Amino acid sequence: MAVLPGPGAGLFSQGILEAVLATEGLAIRRGGRVVFSGLSLRARPGEALLLLGPNGAGKSTLLRALAGLLRPAAGRVLWEGEDVADDSAAHGTRTRYLGHQDAIKPALTPREDLAFWARLRGGEPEAALAALGLSALAGLPCRSLSAGQRRRLALARLALGDAPLWLLDEPTLGLDTASVARLGALLAAHRARGGIVLAATHLPLPLPDAREVAL
Amino acid sequence: MIAVFLRELRLALRHPAEALAAVLFFVIVCALFPFGVGPSPDALARLAPGALVTAALLAALLPLDRLFAAEAEDGSLDLLLTAGLPPAGLAAAKAAAHWAVTGLPLLLAAPVSAALLALPTDAWGVAILALGLSSLILSLLGTLGAALTLGARRGGVLLPLLVLPLAVPVVIFAAGAIEAAAGGAEARPFLLLLGAFLAGALPLAPLAAGAALREG
Repeated sequence: MAVLPGPGAGLFSQGILEAVLATEGLAIRRGGRVVFSGLSLRARPGEALLLLGPNGAGKSTLLRALAGLLRPAAGRVLWEGEDVADDSAAHGTRTRYLGHQDAIKPALTPREDLAFWARLRGGEPEAALAALGLSALAGLPCRSLSAGQRRRLALARLALGDAPLWLLDEPTLGLDTASVARLGALLAAHRARGGIVLAATHLPLPLPDAREVAL
Repeated sequence: MIAVFLRELRLALRHPAEALAAVLFFVIVCALFPFGVGPSPDALARLAPGALVTAALLAALLPLDRLFAAEAEDGSLDLLLTAGLPPAGLAAAKAAAHWAVTGLPLLLAAPVSAALLALPTDAWGVAILALGLSSLILSLLGTLGAALTLGARRGGVLLPLLVLPLAVPVVIFAAGAIEAAAGGAEARPFLLLLGAFLAGALPLAPLAAGAALREG
């Protein structure tokens, strides 16, 4: 995966760096109902897109479609000009998806959980634990974690490896202010590496100069 | 794939009750037969091959409805499917873990069940071999069934209705092998047919399960 040098807002405004993530006329149908259609958006390296809209507007659905978990009824999702459906394994490698649910097994400890995902996707579990302030809880079974701590563990998986595309569904749900600040540092570092963030949220996110997309 | 397999084993070791439940189910079903048909060894030995195979397959079905449903409920499946792992590889790892956690303990319990059913001891070796092959096939077919019924309401009821008809040849050949061994005949042809069935299911079931997961 290409890791681009620091973003530099000037470069983007001149359009020197092309959009790497784009959708063309995307339409999603769920249970016979069209959630949205004709959606075209683009994101350049280092850019953050904030998906806004009322409940049921299709924010989570859009994130799942971008992650390759939903097949669009029409239109395409493009990465560097190529349809992501053509090579879903490669798209998976470049994507980190954070859903509503934390995907945590109660019987495993945070360290074991991150070690498993690190084996699949690379990265350093201990550094990821430290990035979200979970080092002290790393040996406890996840069933004893609070909702906010579980959310932090789910977020810590983002810090594993350096996938260029982060898709975050309500990332700050249940987080305290200190953890939101830690997430902010993680997001800033990701964008400085040239990573793209798409986040759906109703809460203020630590994403300076994010572009807002209304659904 | 190996990482997924090892995680399944670790989770199973933390919650041994599920694997244990399948084994106990297998032994208890076999223990019920002497009560039903009477303790005469001749009558029991006549029933033993079929009863052994059927009980083992039903026991192996027990944990299958949670195979993907548990992952889907807590959101893990979304992450596994976007981890750059081919869905067929994920299904293969799941099938292998199901066999290691359910099929293998069933084989260890097979001598107990065989004794309860008064199966002649000469046939025990073939019985374990036949049960080993048929439990492998069932793990593969069951993974396919679990992937297909994922998200269906009452998927747990649908799963056996889908998988058990496919398992009919397995029951025929496995029981045939055990019966042949108990009667002093050649069990090899039956075992080879089971092996052929396994060779077919080994690549096809994970591929089909992977396709079902991707669509789900």
